[in-house]
Amino acid sequence: MRNVIGLLSGLLFGAGLALSGMMDPARVRGFLDVAGDWDPTLAFVMGGAVVVMALAWTVQRAMHRPLACEEFSLPGTRLIDARLIGGAALFGVGWGLGGLCPGPAIASLAFHPAQAGVFVAAMLTGMAALRVVDTWRG
Amino acid sequence: MFDWFLQTFPQAQPLHGLAGGVLIGLAGAVMLLGAGRIAGISGMAARVTGLGAGAPWSLAALFILGLPAGALIVAAALGGIPARFPSSLALLALAGLVTGIGTRLGSGCTSGHGVCGLSRLSPRSILATLTFMATGMLTVALLNAVAGGQ
Repeated sequence: MRNVIGLLSGLLFGAGLALSGMMDPARVRGFLDVAGDWDPTLAFVMGGAVVVMALAWTVQRAMHRPLACEEFSLPGTRLIDARLIGGAALFGVGWGLGGLCPGPAIASLAFHPAQAGVFVAAMLTGMAALRVVDTWRG
Repeated sequence: MFDWFLQTFPQAQPLHGLAGGVLIGLAGAVMLLGAGRIAGISGMAARVTGLGAGAPWSLAALFILGLPAGALIVAAALGGIPARFPSSLALLALAGLVTGIGTRLGSGCTSGHGVCGLSRLSPRSILATLTFMATGMLTVALLNAVAGGQ
């Protein structure tokens, strides 16, 4: 059951990315290009997603446990630190450079394996590099 | 109102965007209410490749596998989806590298912070989303100024 949830969520997510235009890097850059020829499409994507998800949070608060698992495993930290802000800032730079965030990049592997493959391989390299540094520093 | 919008932003596809957004929200809802977890793609990708802890491996793997599969279904229904990639592979590699480091440092990307956290009104996610939006916009403005968008 747990696995069905994972697959269903992934399928819906991938379908949403494809329908919304987020798998078109030029459109994503168009959204970020506020100083130029701004394309507001992504604001509608976020709006639609956030409204549905806000309803889901309301339902979640009334539940004792999720449907297919023993308990909720949700981030509980409220710490705002340099790691959070610096990481988000770096991610934004990557998003602007490529016009891709992780979801559309992974979904694009099935359509444009060379370009998306380079991005995803580099992304995993970055994740691995950070893990090495974190392990060093304890 | 709608006519004004389409004339002002002829390249925008607000209805596709909204419909796609609703599907993304549903994906997050299924993960939250079904498995009790955040549908965060950078976290799930790290989990699948052994670069991070979190969800059961098979759950994360099927979620990640669902992304291209779901996109293929929509592309088949629509007769293809447009994708205009930057021409430089070196630029894509740099973008991917920075994205990998940044999403793990900052504990999330557009899905985890921008959709799941924002809708939960998490202060961390609100701040992270404002930050990556701002640096993304700045990066595109600089790219356009320096290289005409390439």
